[in-house]
Amino acid sequence: MATAPYIVVGGGQAGLQVCDSLRKFGYEGELLLIGEEPVLPYQRPPLSKHYLGGDLDAARLSFRPASHYEKLGIALRLGVRVTAIDRERREVVCSDGSRLAYARLALTTGTRVRPLSCPGAEHPAVRYVRTLADSDGLRAALGDARRLVVVGGGFIGLEVAAVARKQGKDVVVIEALDRLMARAVSPQISNYYATLHRGHGVDLRLATGVTAIEPAVSGVRVLTDRDEACEADVVVVGIGVVANDELAAAAGLACRNGIVVDECARTSDPLLVAAGDCTMHMNGFLGRELRLESVQNAVDQARVAAGTMCDQPEPYVQVPWFWSDQYDVKLQMAGIGMPCEESVLRGDPAAGSFSYFYFRDGRLCGADSVNRPADHMACRRLLAQGTMITPAQVGDEGVDLMQIARG
Amino acid sequence: MPKVTYRQPDGAENVVDVPAGWSLMEAAIQNDVDGIVAECGGGCACATCHVYVDDAFVERLPPISDMEGDMLECTAAERRAGSRLSCQIKMSDELEGLVVTIPDRQT
Ligand SMILES: Cc1cc2nc3c(=O)[nH]c(=O)nc-3n(C[C@H](O)[C@H](O)[C@H](O)COP(=O)(O)OP(=O)(O)OC[C@H]3O[C@@H](n4cnc5c(N)ncnc54)[C@H](O)[C@@H]3O)c2cc1C
Ligand code: FES
Repeated sequence: MATAPYIVVGGGQAGLQVCDSLRKFGYEGELLLIGEEPVLPYQRPPLSKHYLGGDLDAARLSFRPASHYEKLGIALRLGVRVTAIDRERREVVCSDGSRLAYARLALTTGTRVRPLSCPGAEHPAVRYVRTLADSDGLRAALGDARRLVVVGGGFIGLEVAAVARKQGKDVVVIEALDRLMARAVSPQISNYYATLHRGHGVDLRLATGVTAIEPAVSGVRVLTDRDEACEADVVVVGIGVVANDELAAAAGLACRNGIVVDECARTSDPLLVAAGDCTMHMNGFLGRELRLESVQNAVDQARVAAGTMCDQPEPYVQVPWFWSDQYDVKLQMAGIGMPCEESVLRGDPAAGSFSYFYFRDGRLCGADSVNRPADHMACRRLLAQGTMITPAQVGDEGVDLMQIARG
Repeated sequence: MPKVTYRQPDGAENVVDVPAGWSLMEAAIQNDVDGIVAECGGGCACATCHVYVDDAFVERLPPISDMEGDMLECTAAERRAGSRLSCQIKMSDELEGLVVTIPDRQT
């Protein structure tokens, strides 16, 4: 009897990377990638950045052309959802009714947007940005719109706000917490971005909750807990994501705000691995469990998962990194800076190019860099190597961090 | 459409038609040229789309921005005179016949 294929469930960045890496690790057997979205795996970051603001052809977003999958012998089933995993029979059940046997399975099911739950939130003017279809829909809706309300001052909401301001729309951003991107960056960076957006004409309302959305004569009215009402033609909600772990949970795998995996991307079933946004993983770099939503995590953890599937397990220890583009300002984050005990400025915020380096337990734990890629890359390298560096050194622009990193 | 040659470290070549306005990185990806990883998808945030531009073309390219220059300091393979990030080079008719070599590693 022929051995069953390796199956990857979820055709996003992590799913494709698992497939590519399986071939690199030398897996020569049958390989099948099943994805619910009807298109070849594509990049999400541009969906709230230049793709939303421009007129790029969607084909330019795909990671690889169709020929790549043929070349590597990756069979694709797109537009098909896996509805159940039968671990006893080692089969997946698909939305088209088929049952497919697997020898090993990788779950790369990603996340979906957290829906706004207030009354009126199902109004068609209320939109999200997760998929290509979402971004296409928003791009079209913004075309005729004059007034945009963004609910949520996180990365995606702020990127959309920046695109819309460049297009000359009136933009209000409503954030429940008292600072922007609060989950990820320090108060200093939050404040810098609040000033940046206000300087570009965004009406920013911090520490404000949305209580309801009401239909108006044209568009909607967004009501807040400060008894304000903002009229809008389009509302974009960016209040976080939820891990797609129900499939795994229903199959009896351990899940806790994500599919629980160890540092080699193994789930609680040795034949199943998981990688990317959907995992609550043991992060070797941090030495603790967390869920990350980033390209870096999707790519690096997927490589680890593929290694494990090929019985060449290596722990996941790569340094987290992330970026965000708002206006002409690039924010780059290395490590996990928050929470920290000390933050040290390098460079000059007034000149628009600076970094904050963060220290926890007396050691460098991360940095946020604004238009300062050299600091970002140096920090990634310092963290990867565990090089000791002091607050005084990073605060002194006369000290060449890259040289220290190179050793 | 201008043609670009992507040369692998082992000398193998791919000749690709690149629509004007596309970046060298996009053209490489959409033609499945090996060795350009482009983790950040053109965001000038990862330095995994590094190429060595042939001497004859170095001067003809648009200048290196501060952002690109800083990222080039951090490529996995060594930086040389012709080092560029392929996502930062937009194709134009003046670049017809451009030849770039892909480094042996990007990460
Ligand atoms: C607008 C936007 C901007 C972003 N910007 C950045 C950025 O600047 N920098 C950065 O580092 N990261 C950014 N990210 C995050 C990054 O894109 C994600 O972390 C990354 O895409 C995660 O990849 P993934 O493969 O784990 O999950 P996903 O990309 O979510 O892919 C999962 C796929 O699995 C499919 N799927 C789910 N369940 C099933 C099932 N049962 N059967 C079949 N298929 C299924 C889904 O439809 C989806 O296509 C951004 C994300 C968005 C949405
Ligand atoms: S693709 Fe990331 S820097 Fe060019």
